[in-house]
Amino acid sequence: MEKRVTFNERWLPYLLVAPQIVITLVFFFWPSGQAIWQSVLIEDAFGGNTKFVWFDNFVHLFSDAAYYTSARITLVFSTLVATVGLAVSLLLAVMADRVIRGAGLYKTFLVWPYAVAPAVAGVLWGFLFNPSVGIVAWLLSGVGIEFNYVINGNQALLLVVIAAVWNQVSYNFLFFLAGLQSIPKSLIEAAAIDGAGPGRRFWDIMFPLLSPTGFFLLVINILYAFFGTFGVVDALTKGGPGQATNILVYKVYSDGFRGQDLGGSSAQSVILMIVVIALTVVQFRFIERRVHY
Amino acid sequence: MVENRPFTTFLSHLVVIVGVLIIAFPVWMTFVASTHDQQTMLRSPVPLLPGPYLFDNYTQVLLQGFGRGFGGAPIWVTLMNSLVMALGVALGKIAISIISAFAIVYFRFPFRMAFFWAIFVTLMLPVEVRIVPTYGVVANLGMLNSYSGLIIPLIASATATFLFRQFFLSVPDELTEAARVDGASPMRFFWDILLPMSRTTIAALFVIQFIYGWNQYLWPLLITTKESFYTVVMAVSRQANVVDATPSWNLLMAMAMLAMVPPVLVVVFMQRQFVRGLVETEK
Repeated sequence: MEKRVTFNERWLPYLLVAPQIVITLVFFFWPSGQAIWQSVLIEDAFGGNTKFVWFDNFVHLFSDAAYYTSARITLVFSTLVATVGLAVSLLLAVMADRVIRGAGLYKTFLVWPYAVAPAVAGVLWGFLFNPSVGIVAWLLSGVGIEFNYVINGNQALLLVVIAAVWNQVSYNFLFFLAGLQSIPKSLIEAAAIDGAGPGRRFWDIMFPLLSPTGFFLLVINILYAFFGTFGVVDALTKGGPGQATNILVYKVYSDGFRGQDLGGSSAQSVILMIVVIALTVVQFRFIERRVHY
Repeated sequence: MVENRPFTTFLSHLVVIVGVLIIAFPVWMTFVASTHDQQTMLRSPVPLLPGPYLFDNYTQVLLQGFGRGFGGAPIWVTLMNSLVMALGVALGKIAISIISAFAIVYFRFPFRMAFFWAIFVTLMLPVEVRIVPTYGVVANLGMLNSYSGLIIPLIASATATFLFRQFFLSVPDELTEAARVDGASPMRFFWDILLPMSRTTIAALFVIQFIYGWNQYLWPLLITTKESFYTVVMAVSRQANVVDATPSWNLLMAMAMLAMVPPVLVVVFMQRQFVRGLVETEK
């Protein structure tokens, strides 16, 4: 789409795009290029000598068991975050859509967790499940479950999932609610007249009509689980215990800054870039389809 | 309501209320913890109702931080830093995006589409992915431990540029023609017509970007090493890491409350702009 009426100026448009372009070049293209360049270099620990090594960093990465562990954890983690997050928020949205009185109030009560920083969300849930003072940990030990996320890897992963879902529920809820409210009431009424009960109406009418929203949210939630949860992990577990919550984006950070392995970290960055680009393309293709829908 | 089923309506209310309570529970416990003294918070189980130390705890973290040699700047300093960063990121993004969208929509010039695509691809890579080299660039430019280092690398924004572009494309051409007939320069048209018309879009973007800026974590963590530049989210996370050694849960939770309250208030009081911004920036 283009404007029919435009202005004729020679230098003004360049001046107007300059700030955005300069910042993009300096803080985006330059570092991204460096990530790609460093991913084919090996640098010694003191930063003195660098050597061009072709794809050795990638070969090394793909023969590293720790990287596969991290990839597997990321897969489990993002699957859990996406499915649990979508299921919970869909349930809440369907119920909030059904009630007439109080719907606005419920919305207000459900949107605010979005505003809580992921790192702070991690601290909050860490407090609830803290082995010595956490109230939930205390309740669980009352029913015979020893919950100690500091030493138990699976419990640590579970806790990170809970905190990450909590942080994302409001986002999913708002989109599901908007999707539900855009379904024409006449469809629902026609089904009701034909004798379909609430459950039948949900599965046969609302759920299929919600599927575009659901698919969009699925991509967003996977992206969120991959990249948006850094703060939750860092505040709660720092990737531990052992490797139990060391998701890929956390590994880029810990290998690069704590392990000082620039080449390896950059190779991981490049792989993650490819993942993001693939997911973004999927998302855009889908949105194009939704326009015709 | 399609039909009257009192029981299912009741059930719906029940499910939502239980959901709201579960979601609010961590924040309630945080608030309760921030109103007790240190000893009470070390006894298990911790209390479920607020205690009398609200004022003491909050004044201590605000004015002295954790105190007693455990480091950490007073929280009012970190709150100011977060405010500067959030406002800087939000206003900076809006400012540079609106003018670049104006250029791309209202002018024809060589490399226009190249600029457009250069901005577009930044959509694809969150800062977490290219964190190590971006840190290197900022360090080379001498921007560590500065507000410009906290803000400027984060303000390039494809989403904001797209949002303004979409909006400008929907502005009727007649307005531009009228302005040109009246002899208005492009910038005059921008200031007097386009900018006032963009108010609602700007407000929606502001809410989203303010929260984005306030909640940044990894970026300030990397580029600030001086306590005078710490943001409040960082301060909370740093203290959480040492809380088992210095068991001041009451103070930590007071800090967490202070870190949460400003963005939550923005969302609750600007809910309409927030929802609008959220839905539109993701399209």
